[in-house]
Amino acid sequence: MMSKSTRVALAVCLAGWMGFAALGSASAEEPKSVKLNTTADHTKFKELQREFASGPEVTKACLTCHTEAAGQIHRTKHWKWEYKNPDTDQLLGKKNVINNFCISIASNEAACNSCHVGYGWKDASFDFTSEENVDCVVCHDTTGNYKKPSGLAGNVVTKDMEFPPGSGKILKAIDLTKIAQKVGKSSRDTCGSCHFNGGGGDGVKHGDMDSSLAAPEKELDVHMDASGLDFTCGTCHKTSSHDVAGSRYTPTAKDAQGAHLRGATDNGNPATCVSCHGNGPHKEEARLNQHATKLACQTCHIPEFARGGIATKMNWDWSTAGQRDANGQQITRKDAKGHITYESRKGDFIMAENVKPSYVWFNGQVNYTLKTDKLDVNADLTHINKLSGSPNDGKSMIWPVKRFGGKQPYDTVNLTLLTPHTAGNDDTGYWKNLEWDKALQAGVKVSGIPYSGKFGFVRTQMDWPITHMVAPKEKALGCVECHARDGRLAGLPGIYMPASGSNPQLDKLGWGLVLLTLIGVLGHGALRIVSRRKA
Amino acid sequence: MTERVYLFKGFERFWHWSQAALIIFMLVTGFEIHGSFTAFGFEQAVGYHTIAAWTLVGLWIFAIFWHLVTGEWRQYIPTTDKVVAIMHYYSSGIFKDEPHPFRPTSVLKHNPLQRITYLLILTLLSPLLWITGWLYLFYADWSTWGLSALQLEWVATGHTIGAFLMLAFLISHLYLATTGHKLTSQIKAMITGWEEIETSKH
Repeated sequence: MMSKSTRVALAVCLAGWMGFAALGSASAEEPKSVKLNTTADHTKFKELQREFASGPEVTKACLTCHTEAAGQIHRTKHWKWEYKNPDTDQLLGKKNVINNFCISIASNEAACNSCHVGYGWKDASFDFTSEENVDCVVCHDTTGNYKKPSGLAGNVVTKDMEFPPGSGKILKAIDLTKIAQKVGKSSRDTCGSCHFNGGGGDGVKHGDMDSSLAAPEKELDVHMDASGLDFTCGTCHKTSSHDVAGSRYTPTAKDAQGAHLRGATDNGNPATCVSCHGNGPHKEEARLNQHATKLACQTCHIPEFARGGIATKMNWDWSTAGQRDANGQQITRKDAKGHITYESRKGDFIMAENVKPSYVWFNGQVNYTLKTDKLDVNADLTHINKLSGSPNDGKSMIWPVKRFGGKQPYDTVNLTLLTPHTAGNDDTGYWKNLEWDKALQAGVKVSGIPYSGKFGFVRTQMDWPITHMVAPKEKALGCVECHARDGRLAGLPGIYMPASGSNPQLDKLGWGLVLLTLIGVLGHGALRIVSRRKA
Repeated sequence: MTERVYLFKGFERFWHWSQAALIIFMLVTGFEIHGSFTAFGFEQAVGYHTIAAWTLVGLWIFAIFWHLVTGEWRQYIPTTDKVVAIMHYYSSGIFKDEPHPFRPTSVLKHNPLQRITYLLILTLLSPLLWITGWLYLFYADWSTWGLSALQLEWVATGHTIGAFLMLAFLISHLYLATTGHKLTSQIKAMITGWEEIETSKH
């Protein structure tokens, strides 16, 4: 005889089993949880149901269907790292420019080019016409597992390997099959895998782009707000033919065209604020639209950058690099918050969070100091890039910028910037051996800069227009941030701002007149009182 | 001996005092916008100053209409008659208890010095403030109006000069209001319309 409790238990079990079975059959009938923004489930593609021993093997599989994709990539800056500015005729792109962070990719390709959308660019022999060397996955990964370690020239690791050799550090293999079967649209994470880490670390270079934008709150970025509008980078940087809109070489400083019209033939840059919001976006306060005729939207709507809790680098002094401790080892110093402030291989840093931008008139034209340009030794500092603009050229707006300062090697005889060989597990790499002369000799061999053998350090400055980390409108700048003595725009030419105290002479005269009048009437009144008493 | 003269009609008194309040308020908000001190906060001050400006525009429309219809505009026709005597009175006679050389009536309520002062304010100071003020308000439309060559700094400087002159006028005006038969005679007149004036000495 079963006890009552046993029967109840059996019944519950039975019901449970039935429920389970029912659930199973239901899930078999429901559609697969494929993302709704695509019509293709890449797990079903025969071409991807195999092992991949390298990145290019994946690309070949992609190209069997996406036949034109590699050709499209070949035309872009993401691939070429070279760009001729049509306005200045300067040959730019990462391949050519020098900056005041890690200075130059020349001779450091294996490390720097882990952020190239390709496989294997380790030196000048790289084949830019190769289709299979295009890296599709770095932009289309959805797993977060795709990694391109520094030092491998953009290649991926498919078998565990010790790197650098003899270091005892193991680079883990990634599962390219799984990754390839889950490709999708680009995301904040895929763009961020490189763009968040510009300058060699999270938030280092841009100040308005770091990993806090991977899943930001509304306060940090009103558009990317992960639980709100949830924009990806591509929502603004609207792309066709793989050519991503937006440029730091030829930015759109003033977008006079207004909001974009669907289907219009020439819509210009889709990544500007105006391309969606138009030129008169303030509905309640017309005065703010007046402001928007001179101020870039970013000036008021990005009150500070590096707001996501990740510090950005504001200054990099290479001239102090090279110190060793008593044991001859390289040193690292950190500040109270844990930010690195000194590294033997790099020199001194200034790191900062919640930084108020500097402000400049900017018309979209940027001139770089290239490796062929002579430095002006009498100048205070060398502008790595110079933002052109003036209050009355009709093309300029007031823009917020991150002003990045540095001190970096230059040739004291030829008066040009120099490109050191920094990264690399070899005898000349500065980061390993801390020897400037060797590093510079090795670097200029690749960059082609004539080097006299004599070097010093020159003060440099680079301006980065700030355009990300747009705050909610409640957090936009209030009037008195600028309309005050020593306000944010103090010192900018060509603007008259009430409350900025810009005409002290007039004030002196005016208050002088008021004071004289007051003295006059008080004197007259006093005389009246005195004369009445006498009478 | 004194007598009472009816000088200021109801509308005139309303106009005077509301205009006085608006001008003082605009001086306060205006100099705050200029950066001279903090009272309401910049943003509020701008809003208040603009509202007060449009209110004053409305008041002026009524005032101009009233002056034209009633013919009171004639009160501001300048004259040189007795000007020297009046200047002599304020610089000397007033201390010796001499009689005022001008006796206001409802037909001639302003003495010649007042006439000239008010006329200068009406024809020079007011237009300076109004024109620069309006340009300031419609800064965004300058290019549509073909005024692109205009500099905001000039307009702002003109407006500020006007404000300083208005403040200087206000101070002397307030003081001169105490120079009637008694300290308060003229102020009372501006409130009740009736002014007590001296007819002869003692």
